[in-house]
Amino acid sequence: MDLHDFSLRQLREGLQKRDFSAQELTQTLLKRIHTLNPELNAFVTVTEAAALESAARADDRLAKGESGTLLGLPMAHKDIFCTADLPTTCGSKMLKNFVAPYSATVVERLAAEGMVMLGKLNMDEFAMGSSNETSYFGPVRNPWNTEMVPGGSSGGSAAAVAAGLVPVATGTDTGGSIRQPAALCGITGIKPTYGRVSRYGMIAFASSLDQAGPMARSAEDCALLLNAMAAHDPRDSTSHPAAASDFLRGLDRPLQGLRVGVPEEFFGEGLDPEVAAAVQVGIDQLAKQGASIQSIRLPNNPHAVSTYYVLAPAEASSNLSRFDGVRYTHRSSAVENLDDLYQQSRYEGFGAEVRRRILVGTYVLSAGYYDAYYLKAQQVRSLIREDFRRAFAEVDVIVGPTTPGPAFALGAKNADPVSMYLADIYTIAVNLAGIPALSLPCGFTQSGLPIGMQLMGDYFADDLLLNVAHRYQQETDWHLARPNLKAGEA
Amino acid sequence: MDWEVVIGLEVHAQLNTATKIFCGCPTTFGAEPNSHTCPVCLAMPGALPVLNGAAVDKAIALSLAIGAELNRHSVFARKNYFYPDLPKGYQISQYELPVVGKGQLTVQMADGSEKIIGVTRAHLEEDAGKSLHEAFVGQTGIDLNRAGTPLLEIVSEPDMRSSAEAVAYLKKLHALVRYLEICDGNMQEGSFRCDANVSLRRPGAPFGTRAEIKNLNSFRFLEKAIEYEILRQKDILESGGSIVQETRLYDANRDETRSMRSKEEANDYRYFPDPDLLPLVLDEARIEKVRQSLPELPDAKRERFMQAYQLSAYDAAVLTAGRDLADYYESVADGVEGKLVANWVMGDLLGALNKAGIEIQDCPVSAEKLRLLVQRIEDKTISGKIAKEIFEEIFHQGGEIDAIIDSRGLRQITDASAIAAMVDEIIAANPQQVAGFRAGKDKLLGFFVGQVMKASQGKANPDQVNTLLLERLQKPE
Repeated sequence: MDLHDFSLRQLREGLQKRDFSAQELTQTLLKRIHTLNPELNAFVTVTEAAALESAARADDRLAKGESGTLLGLPMAHKDIFCTADLPTTCGSKMLKNFVAPYSATVVERLAAEGMVMLGKLNMDEFAMGSSNETSYFGPVRNPWNTEMVPGGSSGGSAAAVAAGLVPVATGTDTGGSIRQPAALCGITGIKPTYGRVSRYGMIAFASSLDQAGPMARSAEDCALLLNAMAAHDPRDSTSHPAAASDFLRGLDRPLQGLRVGVPEEFFGEGLDPEVAAAVQVGIDQLAKQGASIQSIRLPNNPHAVSTYYVLAPAEASSNLSRFDGVRYTHRSSAVENLDDLYQQSRYEGFGAEVRRRILVGTYVLSAGYYDAYYLKAQQVRSLIREDFRRAFAEVDVIVGPTTPGPAFALGAKNADPVSMYLADIYTIAVNLAGIPALSLPCGFTQSGLPIGMQLMGDYFADDLLLNVAHRYQQETDWHLARPNLKAGEA
Repeated sequence: MDWEVVIGLEVHAQLNTATKIFCGCPTTFGAEPNSHTCPVCLAMPGALPVLNGAAVDKAIALSLAIGAELNRHSVFARKNYFYPDLPKGYQISQYELPVVGKGQLTVQMADGSEKIIGVTRAHLEEDAGKSLHEAFVGQTGIDLNRAGTPLLEIVSEPDMRSSAEAVAYLKKLHALVRYLEICDGNMQEGSFRCDANVSLRRPGAPFGTRAEIKNLNSFRFLEKAIEYEILRQKDILESGGSIVQETRLYDANRDETRSMRSKEEANDYRYFPDPDLLPLVLDEARIEKVRQSLPELPDAKRERFMQAYQLSAYDAAVLTAGRDLADYYESVADGVEGKLVANWVMGDLLGALNKAGIEIQDCPVSAEKLRLLVQRIEDKTISGKIAKEIFEEIFHQGGEIDAIIDSRGLRQITDASAIAAMVDEIIAANPQQVAGFRAGKDKLLGFFVGQVMKASQGKANPDQVNTLLLERLQKPE
């Protein structure tokens, strides 16, 4: 096995035993990035010099006998997290030249662990998209088939992890942006309970839905990274006081007696038969490991997408107002007056999908429409939350497909926003409720594309989801499959 | 038939917290532009607001002081609009659920009458920055030092019926926030400013269409803007026109209001609950803690002054209008006659301060000095007239009262034989007036008192002069 295929645990052992140094590890991955990234386009910024410096510092600490869990381990951040003195673009022309004067809490926390950041990862512009095609810096390609999208919005993170450019990466999930690309790229990713990971310094898309989480090749690696990411942050008022936890502790608990619910609504029209079959095999596997399976109902789930596409754009239309051409953003040169400054800068700086969502959001908040759209959507959101509350009175975990189909071809859904929105039909309700959910690989299509299975849990049951996924991965090897990339020599 | 004016005020009181409402930047006025800023108040991407509890406690204090409903659950909302000095593109405010609900304020009018003005609500919000147009040719400078400064917006019911009532209400509120020490009340720097909603109607008719006059930053401007607006609206209505609902600006230089934007041009602010902030929940312990820390409030102080110092309602109201003045008065009145002190403070002292344009807290005559001066009148060392001269002197040039009395020989003459000698001299020198007085012209007594006082250079004790004069003049020859 090559270094780029190692899990975090294996890498840590290697570093501790001096099989290789943090600098050697960093150099190996940087070389692989240089070879593979031109085609995959997963990284928008590679911070080679800074990475080698921080690897050297990690080696010094390792030499002194320090044994921090993540010390010297490489990673990369989705380019939605502000990183001091480095570009933070959020996939947008608007922030093409933005250098943040401060770092996001998540960035600070991982740096404090001694992790080595290799760069910033491509994403859909302002996290709005399900294919990574809305990025100003061009689409990311799926390592399993470069004609296919990697999913989005954390497409760069998913592709980089799947391709072995980094063992782990951060992502963010507003309506499925961790889980959907994780599924399409055959990796594991968890959207934690809302409030688990600080949003400070993470560029907001829809504040009440956004949540950062780890993306990795196994549940165990997700747990390791989440241990460092999750903590109460006084700088984020929505951060939960009991956000921190040890997600490794319960990882090995047996699944005997686990109550698994399978929602009927997730297996209806629109679900690809290959995906349905693979997820069924995954559910059978859980049963084999001791779980009891029962059918459940989430009757309001069919309303999740339309509810989301009122609330998320509403919040986004306000969150993105700060990108106004006045301070750190793109500013149009064709400006005669203040209205021009706003209109032209924003027209030039935002891509079509972002503009569409700002328009939708502005509309649903407008006088005369607020009650019919925003308020109504909030009411439906309560009903969706209530669905889950009822379900979790009966079961411990809800299982279903992560996406209705496998990765689709680049450009296939660009002409029809609604078909693109439906790529998140199974992931969105989770964000509306604020509960945790995880996607893990459970099979492949005949054409060799990964299929993801989604586990959903009650509030703060993130550890249970990681536990179930980890036990599943002890008995299966879907997560060990690797795409066949030309640069195997790296 | 007459018109009745209907006025409601929206007051913005800048809360005097040490730091801004959603970040840790200082709120001090007058710093180098943009030096009091951080990622949060600059609205950097990803920066998030965290509520400053001190601002909340100040809102609670106001609520308790005006007996208002205190909402145990209130919500911050975003008011969305674009302006260069509004860095987030929205202002964090409170909309449907403000922290303070209905309350009221009783104001005393000059004629001694009282009027109750309803307070609709008060809510917490953040101030915007400042756009600087003067220093830049063809450009606008943005200073975000003020962005995020906490404001309490206090909205009244449309209960005022004259500019005098509006001014009385604003003054009362101004005194109150300073009593509570929640706002420095500095109107020039904009820490206490108001918008006035003004409309006219026939008495008893429904409310007319209103105009909103923005950003009035003095009591005088409020009065003049309302007076102008009454005339403007009256002219329009009486010539058959109708009032346009609009926002107007008061131009103090030209003493007029002019249109800023009409209702049609008004922003749709697209308010919605701010998802970055949790609802503000107040528990009883917190409210009780603020209640314990409240100072004596103006109405209670006025009552106490009337009792303790034997003052009229009017005097007590004037003296308790401001906390600094009330404190000054109490220091002076410590151990001396309250009414006499009230006359001095309200007369000579306030007159001199007004004339010099000085605030009471910067008064050049300390309370201790004024008390000594009043004591010297009480113990008959000097006359009231001499005291006025000494006051003028120490107000403008400073100096010690007893030293001035001694070095100038201003001590009152109370020696009966000395006064008698002066009285006899004046009587002897004015036989005609003596005859007149004895023939029944009582008023001539004043003439004699004046002459004696003049002869004594104002130092003779006036009571003794009076007594002696009457004694001599009424004694038949």
